[in-house]
Amino acid sequence: MTDTTTNNRTEIRPAGPDASAGFSLKSFFRSPAAGAFMGFVAVFVLFSIFGYSRNFLSVPGMTTWMNFASIIGMIAIPVGFLMIAGELDISTGAVVPASTMTVAIVSQHYEMPVMVGIAAALAIGALIGFVNGFIVTRTRVPSFIVTLATLFAVAGLTLYLSIFFINNTNSFYNAPDWAKSLFGGKVWGFNSSVFWWLGMIAGFIFFLHYSPKGSWVFALGGDQESARNAGIPVNGLKIWLFVLCSTSAAFAGVLQVITFSSATSQANFGLIFNTIISVVVGGVLLTGGFGTVMGIVFGVLTLSIVTQAIGFTNIDRNLSFLIIGVMLLIAVLMNDTFRQLATSWSTAKKK
Amino acid sequence: MSDAKPVLELRNVDKSFGPIEVLNDISLKVGAGEVLCLLGDNGAGKSTLIKLMSGVHQPTRGDILMDGAPITFASPRDAQERGIATVHQFGGTYPLMSVGRNFFMGSEPTKGFGPFKVFDRKRANSIAVAEVQKMGITRITDGDRLVGGLSGGERQSLAIARAVYFGARVLILDEPTAALGVKQAAHVLRIVNQAKRRGLAVIFITHQVMHAMAVGDHFAVLIRGAVASDFRKGEKTREQIADLMAGGESMVELEANIDGYMETHGGHPPPPAH
Ligand SMILES: Nc1ncnc2c1ncn2[C@@H]1O[C@H](COP(=O)(O)OP(=O)(O)OP(=O)(O)O)[C@@H](O)[C@H]1O
Ligand SMILES: [Mg+2]
Repeated sequence: MTDTTTNNRTEIRPAGPDASAGFSLKSFFRSPAAGAFMGFVAVFVLFSIFGYSRNFLSVPGMTTWMNFASIIGMIAIPVGFLMIAGELDISTGAVVPASTMTVAIVSQHYEMPVMVGIAAALAIGALIGFVNGFIVTRTRVPSFIVTLATLFAVAGLTLYLSIFFINNTNSFYNAPDWAKSLFGGKVWGFNSSVFWWLGMIAGFIFFLHYSPKGSWVFALGGDQESARNAGIPVNGLKIWLFVLCSTSAAFAGVLQVITFSSATSQANFGLIFNTIISVVVGGVLLTGGFGTVMGIVFGVLTLSIVTQAIGFTNIDRNLSFLIIGVMLLIAVLMNDTFRQLATSWSTAKKK
Repeated sequence: MSDAKPVLELRNVDKSFGPIEVLNDISLKVGAGEVLCLLGDNGAGKSTLIKLMSGVHQPTRGDILMDGAPITFASPRDAQERGIATVHQFGGTYPLMSVGRNFFMGSEPTKGFGPFKVFDRKRANSIAVAEVQKMGITRITDGDRLVGGLSGGERQSLAIARAVYFGARVLILDEPTAALGVKQAAHVLRIVNQAKRRGLAVIFITHQVMHAMAVGDHFAVLIRGAVASDFRKGEKTREQIADLMAGGESMVELEANIDGYMETHGGHPPPPAH
């Protein structure tokens, strides 16, 4: 007893100035984004060295991986939200082709205005998300299995309906000029999707880290029972997050079909891996409750550099998968270290 | 005590989970400025009972009345909005979130306007730290600190501080002193008395006779899901209460058994008798 009282007296200290500052180096290093940022810097420096003679640092070099990152990134961030909330969504690999085919069928084949095609694609995305969220919240089936089922169901339905409507599993779409420049244009080699992604990052950061409801997402993954007891609408929030994820994937599909003028109904399994790798490399805890938008952004950028820009370096192309594998392992191992650093941070400061 | 309508009342409430009957014909009431101590053995149904009052579960049969009028708590949020704050036996904090965010979970303070309302981190942190310090946890000075780095008792104190801060009418504490040190437990008892003086109705669950006697005005003992005894302060002695809390067995005998056994068995407690 006497021990604790003396401790108390010596340890009463006002919170340091960094405790109230919006951003500080200290708070950055105990955030889950720190590891992702350092991984990004390491890969960027490595590629700059090995790619100096092959124009890795040139504008075409940069646009190659940035354009790729923007599409992966606008899906990876809401996938990351779900992982923070303790859920997983792998149906995105079917939502993107469903969305591209919807735009092509509605706006090319049936000659409806482009906005109708886009609205239809987004609505289909939202509906798939709602179905995912509804099943996950009403049953006790893990979201991995639920979204695995919807992945195949939606992929199959997309193929079937494509044949049904246009008798072809692939299609094309030439958007009017204004839509082309808004959704599928290029500025200095950067696709429109890059700018859309930047805007979405700002929105996502605001939602998760600044808006009052951001905490709820973390609480869901931290302790769902307590979150419900604290009055958080657990089911509603979860459904909403699934809708956000699928709608974002559908929007990525819209940007793709308008940018490349072509649509395919083949499920994109690579996309599933890419989004989940980005989220994990970005420092989001696999079991939920911990993560940042900026971490995911760095995860996406790192993955994009390694897979897309390896051709601009002297590194053998075939090594890119090896690098990704090693990075993923390091990230998962580091996650634990960073989490411990974060929880013990304040006590360590006082010693 | 007073003839005013009880703040919260249960009338002939049953609760079962599928075929498992947990609570049977419970009638209880608690008035403003009164502390109701819920006592009982492990598994007696105390936590289940308070979950009915905090909107986590709905009764299978029977009525809940608030201020004399029948009421249904559709969700925990519903009960909270009516001024009922609860500290559940387990959980209540999120290890990987800050003290400030934990404290205001579900009722975040905001600044700004319209769609640009942001979580007011500074205000949340300073209120959370101040309220936790009132519970005797003076080691918490930084509201940005993650709760995972706190001790079990510190976390429990945080959960209690939160309920005390948000509870407007009813404060429900499920074994709040279980993880606490002697000093912090004393703080909690003091806070319970303060809440009572502010006119809150308090429901307090504990396994410690001393804590119950220190704050209780009114005692209800649950044995296997039914109210076995319901009495006011001063109507029973410490020993009688202890016996009731042990599920009706005589504590003196139980304790004598342990002592005798330990003497003859080299200081080992006896194995559980079943
Ligand atoms: N959701 C549930 N489903 C089925 N049975 C339950 C459920 N919740 C509680 N029970 C059962 O109800 C009984 C009473 O549980 P409760 O948690 O209310 O006991 P308690 O009095 O709080 O015990 P303790 O002192 O150990 O906290 C237990 O036998 C438990 O198994
Ligand atoms: Mg209990």
